[in-house]
Amino acid sequence: MEPLLVYPDPPPAELAQALDLAGYPWKGVGDEGSITRLEPDDGWAGAIVVADATPEAAFVICRALRKRDLPLEPLLLLASGAQLGDLELRDDLFDDFCLTPFHPRELEARLKHLFWRTGRGTRPELVEYGDLLLNLETYQAAISGRPLDLTYMEYELLKFLASHPGKVFTRETLLSRVWGYEYYGGARTVDVHIRRLRAKLGEEHANLIQTVRSVGYRFGQSRWGL
Amino acid sequence: MERQQDYVLRTVEERGVRLIRLWFTDVLGQLKSVAISPAELENAFEEGMHFDGSAIDGFSRVQESDVLAKPDPNTFELLPWAKADDDISARMFCDILNHDGTPFEGDPRQVLKRNLDRAHDLGFQFMVAPEMEFFYFASGDPSKPLEPLDSGSYFDLTTADMASDLRKRTIAMLEAMGIPVEYSFHEDAPSQHEIDLRYTDALTMADNVMTFRLVVREIALEQGAYATFMPKPLTGVQGSGMHTHMSLFEGDSNAFHDSGDPYGLSKVAYGFIAGLLRHGPEITAVTNQLVNSYKRLIVGYEAPTFLTWARNNRSALVRIPVTKGGKQSSTRIEFRSPDPACNPYLAFSAMLAAGLKGIEEGYEIPPEAAANVFELTPEERAADGIRSLPQSLSDALDAMEGSEVVAEALGEHIFEWFLRNKRAEWFDYKSQVTPFELARYLPNI
Repeated sequence: MEPLLVYPDPPPAELAQALDLAGYPWKGVGDEGSITRLEPDDGWAGAIVVADATPEAAFVICRALRKRDLPLEPLLLLASGAQLGDLELRDDLFDDFCLTPFHPRELEARLKHLFWRTGRGTRPELVEYGDLLLNLETYQAAISGRPLDLTYMEYELLKFLASHPGKVFTRETLLSRVWGYEYYGGARTVDVHIRRLRAKLGEEHANLIQTVRSVGYRFGQSRWGL
Repeated sequence: MERQQDYVLRTVEERGVRLIRLWFTDVLGQLKSVAISPAELENAFEEGMHFDGSAIDGFSRVQESDVLAKPDPNTFELLPWAKADDDISARMFCDILNHDGTPFEGDPRQVLKRNLDRAHDLGFQFMVAPEMEFFYFASGDPSKPLEPLDSGSYFDLTTADMASDLRKRTIAMLEAMGIPVEYSFHEDAPSQHEIDLRYTDALTMADNVMTFRLVVREIALEQGAYATFMPKPLTGVQGSGMHTHMSLFEGDSNAFHDSGDPYGLSKVAYGFIAGLLRHGPEITAVTNQLVNSYKRLIVGYEAPTFLTWARNNRSALVRIPVTKGGKQSSTRIEFRSPDPACNPYLAFSAMLAAGLKGIEEGYEIPPEAAANVFELTPEERAADGIRSLPQSLSDALDAMEGSEVVAEALGEHIFEWFLRNKRAEWFDYKSQVTPFELARYLPNI
């Protein structure tokens, strides 16, 4: 597993200890500029941002992590009870929060749940969305418990989309992120694979992958409920 | 190990696959299969499977007959016709290699890859969508008279129609194998059916056509019927074609589209059409490779016979379909001569090469065919400069033999072997005395 980004640097001693005991690798980040400079080759596994000492600077970090081409997920925010009001209208900046002073077991449970939900990090590596379940370790996909017979590229495309529900991707982005090279079909290949995926998902679930007119495709519901 | 291969190995293990079928295609377009066990799979990925190519049509060479079949993990697909859990099998298409790892020049799949690479160098991706026509008969035994499964006609919707049921099952299986179907309907002739496949890149589509022919046949056999892609099985009714819709894409945009043109076509599209018309006779032996193919390409049915193009004229060789709402991405041309007995890898290669030649050389497009060309007299046609498609396999081979375009597209090995093999087929046919001749001549002469 890649390390977690932890703000501030150094983090509170009790946080460092809790992470070490739970077996999560981590790296301290002190400012916005260090996010990319210290980032591991395969990207951060997630982030824990402590907001109770320096709230404004902490939200700057959250915003920077969410503004990236691929917003960093999951992001766990640690805040004091007095700050709960500050979280209002900032729901897009974190995936879950935990009150300080925190209980190490609670922190661990929340992290575990966050990783399970976003399908990265700890065992078993699962991506789940509605009736769809992907096991990243065995490359198997199932819908409502029925195994899907996918080709490799269909699986990779579904995995990519299901890992970023609600986000719209252009064909070009999908081609470069999923295929990573120019295939014989070019950008139209994406359409072809989306069609095949929909056919295999079956009529009932075909609308999991939505066509966004003149943009591209989106998996699941829009983040804005549109 | 590459991730694709890892994916295949894990899936084989997780799904309990017992047998992996390695598919490849001979020069004449017949599907060949070597089955291996999961234990041999890793080795097949790394080194390829050895086999003796001398038994495969078009694979034999003078010196070395051993070749390697190397599975393409991107084409891995579980076969949906397993009847029990211990019967699960999967397939992958293979590339055929020489012992030194170079592409084997007799492998049609790699011929198509080479042609697609050429298009790619010019900035184009070649997309195709064929309309597959075929007949269902009660049996495939040539010694008995052909018995159609129904006598429905175009778009007929009859209940308790066995052939419709076959078509439905076929479509369900195609969809399960990731081959989406655009339309399907009952064609003009009794027991003739059409299934239109949705467009993909040409390599995927050639693989799909191979899978399609197998699925259609398998499902018919399962129900005690027989499906055939023979171009003209019945005298006096429509034959089976494989009208092929084609377009070139440049990245996200359709290179055939130009909204400023009355037909919505670009200079690239007109060049491509001009190439198909100019080199049409030369590529016909490839797109229509049987003696029987030329019984379909006759006047009086919907098959093309003249080298013409038109927007709304189904007798033209190249037709410009009207796109829904002038949609940019669906601008395309339809090439109407190919039949479903062709080798799709070679046919797509030849069509692409002819079209690209037209673009590269900047061929002028002849005027659009106005009236129904069938109704013109031969003199009128000659005055308009309208040429005919080859009238027989022999004519088509003559045209092909002198073609630089086809020789380059297919490569020397396949080009020579194909001509030799098809000349022999023509000779066998020519040396037959047919029932037609006996009926016509014996009583009077």
